[in-house]
Amino acid sequence: MRKSVFIASVMVTAVMGLGGIQPKHNGIIASAQEKTASTAEVKIDNFSFGPAAITIQVGTTVTWINRDDIPHTVVSTEKVFKSKVLDTDEKFSYTFTKPGEYPYFCSIHPKMTGKVVVQ
Amino acid sequence: MTGKTKDEILHDHNRDGVDRRGFLKCMAWAGTGALCVMQGGVLKSYSMSRLSEMNAAELKGELSFVQISDSHMGFNKAANPDVAATLQAAVDKINALSTPPEFLLHTGDISHLSKPEEFDGVSQILKGATAKDVFFVPGEHDVLNDDGKEYFERFGKGAQPGGWYSFEKKGVHFVGLVNVMNLKAGGLGTLGHEQLEWLEKDVMHLKSSTPIVVFAHIPLWTVYPEWGWGTEDSAQALAYLKKFGSVTVLNGHIHQTMQKVEGNVTFHTACSTAFPQPKPGEAPSPGPMKVPAEQLRSLLGITDVNYIRGQHALAVVDSTLG
Repeated sequence: MRKSVFIASVMVTAVMGLGGIQPKHNGIIASAQEKTASTAEVKIDNFSFGPAAITIQVGTTVTWINRDDIPHTVVSTEKVFKSKVLDTDEKFSYTFTKPGEYPYFCSIHPKMTGKVVVQ
Repeated sequence: MTGKTKDEILHDHNRDGVDRRGFLKCMAWAGTGALCVMQGGVLKSYSMSRLSEMNAAELKGELSFVQISDSHMGFNKAANPDVAATLQAAVDKINALSTPPEFLLHTGDISHLSKPEEFDGVSQILKGATAKDVFFVPGEHDVLNDDGKEYFERFGKGAQPGGWYSFEKKGVHFVGLVNVMNLKAGGLGTLGHEQLEWLEKDVMHLKSSTPIVVFAHIPLWTVYPEWGWGTEDSAQALAYLKKFGSVTVLNGHIHQTMQKVEGNVTFHTACSTAFPQPKPGEAPSPGPMKVPAEQLRSLLGITDVNYIRGQHALAVVDSTLG
Protein backbone atom coordinates (compact mmCIF):
# COMPACT_ATOMS: atom_id res chain seq x y z
CA MET A 1 0.00 0.00 0.00
CA ARG A 2 1.24 3.44 -0.85
CA LYS A 3 1.89 5.51 2.24
CA SER A 4 -0.85 7.98 2.76
CA VAL A 5 0.48 11.48 2.23
CA PHE A 6 -2.40 13.79 2.69
CA ILE A 7 -1.45 17.20 1.45
CA ALA A 8 -4.21 19.69 1.69
CA SER A 9 -2.81 22.38 -0.49
CA VAL A 10 -4.56 25.34 -1.90
CA MET A 11 -2.14 27.45 -3.81
CA VAL A 12 -3.47 30.84 -4.49
CA THR A 13 -0.67 32.30 -6.50
CA ALA A 14 -2.07 35.78 -6.66
CA VAL A 15 -4.96 37.23 -4.80
CA MET A 16 -7.05 39.48 -6.94
CA GLY A 17 -9.99 41.59 -6.08
CA LEU A 18 -7.95 44.10 -4.12
CA GLY A 19 -9.14 46.80 -6.43
CA GLY A 20 -9.06 49.58 -3.86
CA ILE A 21 -5.43 48.92 -2.93
CA GLN A 22 -3.83 48.07 -6.26
CA PRO A 23 -3.40 50.97 -8.61
CA LYS A 24 -5.18 50.31 -11.88
CA HIS A 25 -3.24 51.60 -14.85
CA ASN A 26 -6.04 50.97 -17.22
CA GLY A 27 -9.06 48.72 -17.63
CA ILE A 28 -7.52 46.43 -20.22
CA ILE A 29 -4.60 45.32 -18.02
CA ALA A 30 -6.81 44.86 -14.97
CA SER A 31 -9.24 42.59 -16.77
CA ALA A 32 -6.38 40.52 -18.25
CA GLN A 33 -4.98 39.95 -14.75
CA GLU A 34 -8.34 38.91 -13.35
CA LYS A 35 -8.69 36.25 -16.05
CA THR A 36 -5.34 34.55 -15.46
CA ALA A 37 -4.11 35.22 -11.97
CA SER A 38 -5.80 32.81 -9.52
CA THR A 39 -5.38 29.06 -9.38
CA ALA A 40 -6.10 26.42 -6.78
CA GLU A 41 -5.30 22.73 -6.68
CA VAL A 42 -7.18 19.75 -5.24
CA LYS A 43 -5.35 16.44 -4.92
CA ILE A 44 -7.18 13.15 -5.32
CA ASP A 45 -5.44 10.69 -3.04
CA ASN A 46 -6.58 7.59 -1.14
CA PHE A 47 -10.09 7.87 -2.56
CA SER A 48 -10.62 11.40 -1.23
CA PHE A 49 -10.48 14.98 -2.43
CA GLY A 50 -7.95 17.09 -0.53
CA PRO A 51 -9.02 19.52 0.64
CA ALA A 52 -12.61 18.31 0.47
CA ALA A 53 -13.87 21.91 0.64
CA ILE A 54 -12.11 24.97 -0.73
CA THR A 55 -13.12 28.60 -0.82
CA ILE A 56 -11.96 30.67 -3.80
CA GLN A 57 -12.57 34.03 -5.46
CA VAL A 58 -14.58 34.40 -8.66
CA GLY A 59 -12.36 33.79 -11.69
CA THR A 60 -10.16 31.19 -9.98
CA THR A 61 -9.23 28.07 -11.93
CA VAL A 62 -9.28 24.90 -9.85
CA THR A 63 -7.17 21.96 -11.01
CA TRP A 64 -7.79 18.45 -9.73
CA ILE A 65 -4.98 15.92 -10.04
CA ASN A 66 -5.39 12.17 -9.51
CA ARG A 67 -2.58 10.70 -7.38
CA ASP A 68 -4.30 7.30 -6.92
CA ASP A 69 -3.58 4.03 -8.74
CA ILE A 70 -7.29 3.90 -9.61
CA PRO A 71 -9.17 6.18 -12.04
CA HIS A 72 -11.50 8.85 -10.67
CA THR A 73 -13.78 11.57 -12.03
CA VAL A 74 -14.75 15.07 -10.89
CA VAL A 75 -18.46 15.61 -11.53
CA SER A 76 -20.57 18.55 -10.37
CA THR A 77 -23.67 17.31 -8.53
CA GLU A 78 -25.65 20.06 -10.28
CA LYS A 79 -24.10 19.29 -13.68
CA VAL A 80 -22.05 22.51 -13.86
CA PHE A 81 -18.81 20.70 -14.77
CA LYS A 82 -17.73 17.15 -15.52
CA SER A 83 -14.26 15.72 -16.12
CA LYS A 84 -13.41 12.81 -18.34
CA VAL A 85 -12.06 9.77 -16.52
CA LEU A 86 -8.77 10.75 -14.87
CA ASP A 87 -6.20 7.97 -14.76
CA THR A 88 -3.17 8.22 -12.49
CA ASP A 89 -1.55 11.70 -12.62
CA GLU A 90 -4.13 13.09 -15.05
CA LYS A 91 -5.62 16.53 -14.40
CA PHE A 92 -8.88 18.39 -14.86
CA SER A 93 -9.35 22.16 -14.59
CA TYR A 94 -12.42 24.36 -14.35
CA THR A 95 -12.66 28.14 -13.99
CA PHE A 96 -15.39 29.37 -11.68
CA THR A 97 -16.99 32.56 -13.01
CA LYS A 98 -20.01 32.88 -10.72
CA PRO A 99 -20.24 33.00 -6.92
CA GLY A 100 -21.95 30.10 -5.20
CA GLU A 101 -21.47 26.63 -3.77
CA TYR A 102 -20.49 23.84 -6.12
CA PRO A 103 -20.76 20.34 -4.62
CA TYR A 104 -19.10 17.61 -6.65
CA PHE A 105 -18.28 13.88 -6.46
CA CYS A 106 -16.47 11.02 -8.20
CA SER A 107 -19.09 9.31 -10.37
CA ILE A 108 -17.13 6.03 -10.17
CA HIS A 109 -16.77 6.08 -6.37
CA PRO A 110 -19.70 8.24 -5.24
CA LYS A 111 -18.66 8.11 -1.58
CA MET A 112 -15.95 10.58 -2.65
CA THR A 113 -17.45 14.05 -2.36
CA GLY A 114 -16.11 17.61 -2.28
CA LYS A 115 -17.22 21.23 -2.48
CA VAL A 116 -15.97 24.46 -4.05
CA VAL A 117 -17.24 27.70 -2.50
CA VAL A 118 -16.86 30.68 -4.85
CA GLN A 119 -17.02 34.14 -3.28
CA MET B 1 -22.36 -35.44 2.98
CA THR B 2 -21.75 -38.00 5.66
CA GLY B 3 -19.19 -38.41 8.38
CA LYS B 4 -18.01 -35.59 10.57
CA THR B 5 -14.35 -34.68 10.48
CA LYS B 6 -12.37 -32.13 12.44
CA ASP B 7 -12.50 -29.66 9.55
CA GLU B 8 -16.25 -29.55 9.49
CA ILE B 9 -18.04 -26.73 11.29
CA LEU B 10 -21.68 -27.45 11.97
CA HIS B 11 -24.13 -24.66 12.74
CA ASP B 12 -27.51 -25.90 13.92
CA HIS B 13 -29.99 -23.07 13.61
CA ASN B 14 -32.34 -24.76 16.05
CA ARG B 15 -29.90 -24.93 18.92
CA ASP B 16 -27.47 -22.06 18.61
CA GLY B 17 -29.80 -19.37 19.85
CA VAL B 18 -30.42 -18.01 16.36
CA ASP B 19 -33.87 -18.87 15.03
CA ARG B 20 -34.32 -20.45 11.61
CA ARG B 21 -35.21 -17.16 9.98
CA GLY B 22 -32.50 -15.46 11.93
CA PHE B 23 -29.17 -14.22 11.01
CA LEU B 24 -26.05 -16.25 10.60
CA LYS B 25 -22.81 -14.66 9.64
CA CYS B 26 -19.90 -16.57 8.22
CA MET B 27 -16.90 -14.91 6.72
CA ALA B 28 -14.08 -16.47 4.81
CA TRP B 29 -11.19 -14.10 4.26
CA ALA B 30 -8.97 -13.99 1.22
CA GLY B 31 -6.73 -16.96 0.72
CA THR B 32 -8.54 -19.28 3.09
CA GLY B 33 -11.46 -20.42 0.98
CA ALA B 34 -14.60 -22.16 2.15
CA LEU B 35 -17.30 -24.46 0.96
CA CYS B 36 -20.76 -24.04 2.44
CA VAL B 37 -23.70 -26.34 1.95
CA MET B 38 -27.11 -25.70 3.48
CA GLN B 39 -29.30 -28.72 4.20
CA GLY B 40 -32.62 -28.36 6.00
CA GLY B 41 -31.58 -25.24 7.86
CA VAL B 42 -28.16 -26.59 8.83
CA LEU B 43 -25.14 -24.89 7.36
CA LYS B 44 -22.02 -26.98 6.95
CA SER B 45 -18.74 -25.22 6.23
CA TYR B 46 -15.65 -27.02 5.07
CA SER B 47 -12.17 -25.59 4.97
CA MET B 48 -10.11 -25.73 1.80
CA SER B 49 -7.96 -28.48 3.29
CA ARG B 50 -10.74 -30.96 2.49
CA LEU B 51 -11.33 -29.69 -1.01
CA SER B 52 -9.54 -32.51 -2.79
CA GLU B 53 -11.68 -35.26 -1.22
CA MET B 54 -14.83 -33.12 -1.66
CA ASN B 55 -14.13 -32.78 -5.36
CA ALA B 56 -13.75 -36.53 -5.72
CA ALA B 57 -17.19 -37.45 -4.46
CA GLU B 58 -19.58 -34.84 -3.15
CA LEU B 59 -19.07 -32.04 -5.62
CA LYS B 60 -20.23 -34.01 -8.66
CA GLY B 61 -23.61 -32.42 -9.13
CA GLU B 62 -25.92 -31.64 -12.04
CA LEU B 63 -24.41 -28.28 -12.79
CA SER B 64 -21.00 -26.80 -12.27
CA PHE B 65 -19.87 -23.29 -13.20
CA VAL B 66 -17.07 -20.91 -12.26
CA GLN B 67 -17.22 -17.26 -11.25
CA ILE B 68 -14.31 -14.98 -12.05
CA SER B 69 -14.20 -11.27 -11.31
CA ASP B 70 -12.31 -8.00 -11.50
CA SER B 71 -9.75 -8.83 -14.18
CA HIS B 72 -9.02 -5.06 -14.61
CA MET B 73 -7.30 -5.55 -17.97
CA GLY B 74 -5.16 -2.46 -18.57
CA PHE B 75 -4.11 -2.01 -14.94
CA ASN B 76 -0.30 -1.89 -14.81
CA LYS B 77 0.63 -0.40 -11.45
CA ALA B 78 2.83 -1.89 -8.73
CA ALA B 79 0.07 -4.04 -7.20
CA ASN B 80 0.20 -6.21 -10.36
CA PRO B 81 2.13 -5.12 -13.46
CA ASP B 82 0.86 -8.13 -15.47
CA VAL B 83 -2.89 -8.66 -15.06
CA ALA B 84 -3.01 -10.62 -18.33
CA ALA B 85 -0.70 -13.26 -16.84
CA THR B 86 -2.83 -13.68 -13.72
CA LEU B 87 -6.04 -13.90 -15.78
CA GLN B 88 -4.33 -16.58 -17.86
CA ALA B 89 -3.40 -18.37 -14.61
CA ALA B 90 -7.09 -18.25 -13.62
CA VAL B 91 -8.07 -19.82 -16.96
CA ASP B 92 -5.41 -22.53 -16.49
CA LYS B 93 -6.86 -23.20 -13.03
CA ILE B 94 -10.38 -23.47 -14.47
CA ASN B 95 -9.22 -25.85 -17.20
CA ALA B 96 -7.57 -28.06 -14.58
CA LEU B 97 -10.72 -28.50 -12.41
CA SER B 98 -11.68 -32.14 -11.93
CA THR B 99 -15.31 -31.29 -12.73
CA PRO B 100 -15.22 -29.11 -15.86
CA PRO B 101 -17.55 -26.10 -15.53
CA GLU B 102 -20.31 -25.71 -18.10
CA PHE B 103 -19.88 -21.95 -18.30
CA LEU B 104 -18.24 -18.96 -16.65
CA LEU B 105 -19.72 -15.93 -14.92
CA HIS B 106 -17.67 -12.72 -14.95
CA THR B 107 -18.90 -10.34 -12.26
CA GLY B 108 -17.47 -7.16 -13.73
CA ASP B 109 -14.48 -4.83 -13.90
CA ILE B 110 -13.47 -6.79 -16.97
CA SER B 111 -11.42 -3.75 -18.04
CA HIS B 112 -9.66 -1.05 -16.04
CA LEU B 113 -10.52 1.96 -18.22
CA SER B 114 -13.33 0.69 -20.53
CA LYS B 115 -10.94 0.69 -23.51
CA PRO B 116 -11.73 -1.53 -26.53
CA GLU B 117 -8.28 -3.15 -26.42
CA GLU B 118 -8.79 -4.03 -22.74
CA PHE B 119 -12.09 -5.80 -23.46
CA ASP B 120 -10.43 -7.52 -26.44
CA GLY B 121 -7.57 -8.71 -24.21
CA VAL B 122 -9.96 -10.39 -21.77
CA SER B 123 -12.07 -11.98 -24.53
CA GLN B 124 -8.90 -13.36 -26.12
CA ILE B 125 -7.67 -14.98 -22.88
CA LEU B 126 -11.12 -16.37 -22.02
CA LYS B 127 -11.26 -18.05 -25.44
CA GLY B 128 -8.65 -20.42 -24.00
CA ALA B 129 -11.09 -21.69 -21.36
CA THR B 130 -12.66 -25.09 -21.99
CA ALA B 131 -16.01 -23.58 -20.94
CA LYS B 132 -17.02 -21.55 -24.00
CA ASP B 133 -20.00 -19.59 -22.65
CA VAL B 134 -19.23 -16.55 -20.50
CA PHE B 135 -21.99 -14.45 -18.90
CA PHE B 136 -20.98 -10.93 -17.94
CA VAL B 137 -22.28 -8.11 -15.78
CA PRO B 138 -20.52 -4.72 -15.83
CA GLY B 139 -18.38 -3.21 -13.09
CA GLU B 140 -17.98 0.55 -12.74
CA HIS B 141 -14.67 0.33 -14.62
CA ASP B 142 -16.48 -1.11 -17.69
CA VAL B 143 -18.91 1.79 -18.14
CA LEU B 144 -16.62 4.81 -17.68
CA ASN B 145 -17.42 6.52 -20.99
CA ASP B 146 -20.60 7.26 -22.97
CA ASP B 147 -22.90 5.50 -20.48
CA GLY B 148 -21.10 2.21 -21.02
CA LYS B 149 -21.52 2.13 -24.82
CA GLU B 150 -18.40 0.01 -25.37
CA TYR B 151 -19.49 -2.59 -22.78
CA PHE B 152 -23.12 -2.81 -23.90
CA GLU B 153 -22.20 -3.16 -27.58
CA ARG B 154 -19.99 -6.13 -26.76
CA PHE B 155 -21.76 -7.86 -23.90
CA GLY B 156 -25.29 -6.46 -23.80
CA LYS B 157 -26.75 -8.46 -26.68
CA GLY B 158 -29.86 -10.35 -25.62
CA ALA B 159 -30.05 -8.40 -22.36
CA GLN B 160 -32.71 -5.87 -21.35
CA PRO B 161 -31.92 -2.29 -22.51
CA GLY B 162 -30.37 -1.56 -19.09
CA GLY B 163 -28.06 -4.59 -19.41
CA TRP B 164 -29.74 -6.96 -16.92
CA TYR B 165 -30.96 -10.44 -17.94
CA SER B 166 -31.86 -13.92 -16.77
CA PHE B 167 -31.45 -17.46 -18.09
CA GLU B 168 -32.06 -21.07 -17.07
CA LYS B 169 -29.51 -23.88 -16.80
CA LYS B 170 -30.60 -27.34 -15.69
CA GLY B 171 -33.42 -26.04 -13.53
CA VAL B 172 -31.38 -23.25 -11.92
CA HIS B 173 -32.56 -19.70 -12.62
CA PHE B 174 -29.72 -17.19 -13.13
CA VAL B 175 -30.21 -13.42 -12.87
CA GLY B 176 -27.49 -10.95 -13.93
CA LEU B 177 -28.04 -7.48 -12.42
CA VAL B 178 -26.42 -4.09 -13.11
CA ASN B 179 -25.70 -1.90 -10.06
CA VAL B 180 -22.93 0.39 -11.35
CA MET B 181 -24.90 2.93 -13.44
CA ASN B 182 -26.20 6.38 -12.45
CA LEU B 183 -24.47 6.43 -9.09
CA LYS B 184 -25.49 9.34 -6.88
CA ALA B 185 -23.14 11.58 -4.86
CA GLY B 186 -22.52 10.08 -1.43
CA GLY B 187 -24.36 6.88 -2.32
CA LEU B 188 -23.68 3.18 -2.86
CA GLY B 189 -24.37 0.91 -5.85
CA THR B 190 -27.85 1.28 -7.34
CA LEU B 191 -30.23 -1.09 -9.14
CA GLY B 192 -32.95 1.47 -9.85
CA HIS B 193 -36.71 1.29 -10.11
CA GLU B 194 -36.89 -0.06 -13.66
CA GLN B 195 -34.58 -3.00 -12.96
CA LEU B 196 -36.33 -3.85 -9.69
CA GLU B 197 -39.70 -3.95 -11.48
CA TRP B 198 -38.23 -6.25 -14.12
CA LEU B 199 -36.80 -8.53 -11.41
CA GLU B 200 -40.14 -8.81 -9.65
CA LYS B 201 -41.79 -9.94 -12.90
CA ASP B 202 -38.90 -12.18 -13.87
CA VAL B 203 -39.14 -14.39 -10.76
CA MET B 204 -42.87 -14.03 -10.04
CA HIS B 205 -43.96 -17.21 -11.84
CA LEU B 206 -41.08 -19.45 -10.79
CA LYS B 207 -41.72 -22.27 -8.31
CA SER B 208 -40.35 -21.55 -4.85
CA SER B 209 -38.26 -24.72 -5.15
CA THR B 210 -36.31 -23.25 -8.09
CA PRO B 211 -32.69 -22.59 -7.07
CA ILE B 212 -31.83 -18.94 -7.80
CA VAL B 213 -28.39 -17.52 -8.55
CA VAL B 214 -28.12 -13.72 -8.64
CA PHE B 215 -24.87 -12.16 -9.85
CA ALA B 216 -23.88 -8.49 -9.91
CA HIS B 217 -20.67 -6.50 -9.52
CA ILE B 218 -21.08 -4.51 -6.29
CA PRO B 219 -22.12 -6.64 -3.29
CA LEU B 220 -25.90 -6.84 -2.81
CA TRP B 221 -25.37 -6.75 0.96
CA THR B 222 -23.75 -3.97 2.92
CA VAL B 223 -20.16 -5.06 3.40
CA TYR B 224 -18.66 -1.66 4.29
CA PRO B 225 -20.64 1.47 3.36
CA GLU B 226 -17.74 3.80 4.24
CA TRP B 227 -15.98 2.46 1.13
CA GLY B 228 -19.16 2.21 -0.93
CA TRP B 229 -19.24 -1.59 -0.61
CA GLY B 230 -22.97 -2.15 -0.79
CA THR B 231 -26.08 -1.47 -2.91
CA GLU B 232 -28.66 1.15 -1.87
CA ASP B 233 -31.78 -0.71 -2.96
CA SER B 234 -30.66 -4.35 -2.67
CA ALA B 235 -33.18 -5.02 0.14
CA GLN B 236 -36.01 -4.53 -2.36
CA ALA B 237 -34.41 -7.00 -4.77
CA LEU B 238 -33.97 -9.58 -2.01
CA ALA B 239 -37.59 -9.10 -0.92
CA TYR B 240 -38.67 -10.42 -4.35
CA LEU B 241 -36.54 -13.54 -3.74
CA LYS B 242 -37.88 -14.32 -0.25
CA LYS B 243 -40.15 -17.16 -1.32
CA PHE B 244 -37.30 -19.22 -2.77
CA GLY B 245 -35.72 -22.00 -0.74
CA SER B 246 -32.25 -21.47 -2.19
CA VAL B 247 -30.81 -18.13 -3.27
CA THR B 248 -27.10 -17.72 -4.00
CA VAL B 249 -25.81 -14.16 -4.53
CA LEU B 250 -22.42 -13.85 -6.25
CA ASN B 251 -20.59 -10.51 -6.33
CA GLY B 252 -17.13 -9.06 -7.01
CA HIS B 253 -15.86 -5.48 -6.56
CA ILE B 254 -14.11 -5.90 -3.20
CA HIS B 255 -11.26 -8.14 -4.47
CA GLN B 256 -11.47 -10.63 -1.59
CA THR B 257 -13.69 -13.52 -0.61
CA MET B 258 -16.37 -12.91 1.95
CA GLN B 259 -19.46 -14.87 2.78
CA LYS B 260 -22.64 -14.34 4.73
CA VAL B 261 -25.72 -16.50 5.16
CA GLU B 262 -29.05 -14.91 5.98
CA GLY B 263 -32.08 -17.17 6.00
CA ASN B 264 -32.15 -18.96 2.65
CA VAL B 265 -29.77 -16.51 1.00
CA THR B 266 -26.05 -17.17 0.73
CA PHE B 267 -24.00 -14.10 -0.20
CA HIS B 268 -20.56 -14.58 -1.62
CA THR B 269 -17.89 -12.28 -3.05
CA ALA B 270 -15.08 -13.58 -5.26
CA CYS B 271 -11.39 -12.75 -5.43
CA SER B 272 -10.07 -10.59 -8.25
CA THR B 273 -7.84 -12.11 -10.88
CA ALA B 274 -5.82 -8.85 -10.94
CA PHE B 275 -4.95 -7.38 -7.52
CA PRO B 276 -6.09 -7.68 -3.89
CA GLN B 277 -7.77 -4.90 -1.90
CA PRO B 278 -7.50 -4.38 1.86
CA LYS B 279 -9.97 -5.78 4.37
CA PRO B 280 -12.68 -3.26 5.28
CA GLY B 281 -11.29 -0.35 7.26
CA GLU B 282 -7.78 -1.79 7.51
CA ALA B 283 -6.21 0.80 5.18
CA PRO B 284 -6.78 4.52 4.52
CA SER B 285 -8.62 3.61 1.30
CA PRO B 286 -9.79 0.59 -0.71
CA GLY B 287 -7.04 1.13 -3.31
CA PRO B 288 -4.95 -1.72 -4.77
CA MET B 289 -2.95 -3.52 -2.08
CA LYS B 290 0.70 -4.09 -2.89
CA VAL B 291 2.02 -7.36 -1.53
CA PRO B 292 5.37 -9.11 -2.14
CA ALA B 293 5.38 -10.63 -5.65
CA GLU B 294 5.60 -14.20 -4.32
CA GLN B 295 2.39 -13.66 -2.30
CA LEU B 296 0.28 -12.07 -5.03
CA ARG B 297 -1.23 -15.23 -6.50
CA SER B 298 -2.27 -16.47 -3.06
CA LEU B 299 -4.59 -13.44 -2.88
CA LEU B 300 -6.10 -13.84 -6.36
CA GLY B 301 -8.47 -16.59 -7.37
CA ILE B 302 -11.55 -18.14 -8.88
CA THR B 303 -14.83 -19.41 -7.43
CA ASP B 304 -16.22 -22.81 -8.37
CA VAL B 305 -19.96 -23.32 -7.86
CA ASN B 306 -21.76 -26.67 -7.91
CA TYR B 307 -25.45 -27.42 -7.87
CA ILE B 308 -26.44 -30.80 -6.54
CA ARG B 309 -30.11 -31.58 -7.02
CA GLY B 310 -31.96 -32.17 -3.78
CA GLN B 311 -29.67 -30.04 -1.66
CA HIS B 312 -30.84 -26.66 -0.49
CA ALA B 313 -27.81 -24.62 -1.36
CA LEU B 314 -25.22 -24.49 -4.06
CA ALA B 315 -21.72 -25.44 -2.99
CA VAL B 316 -19.40 -22.47 -3.39
CA VAL B 317 -15.66 -23.13 -3.34
CA ASP B 318 -12.95 -20.49 -3.65
CA SER B 319 -9.46 -21.37 -4.71
CA THR B 320 -6.43 -19.13 -5.10
CA LEU B 321 -4.13 -18.93 -8.10
CA GLY B 322 -1.04 -20.00 -6.24
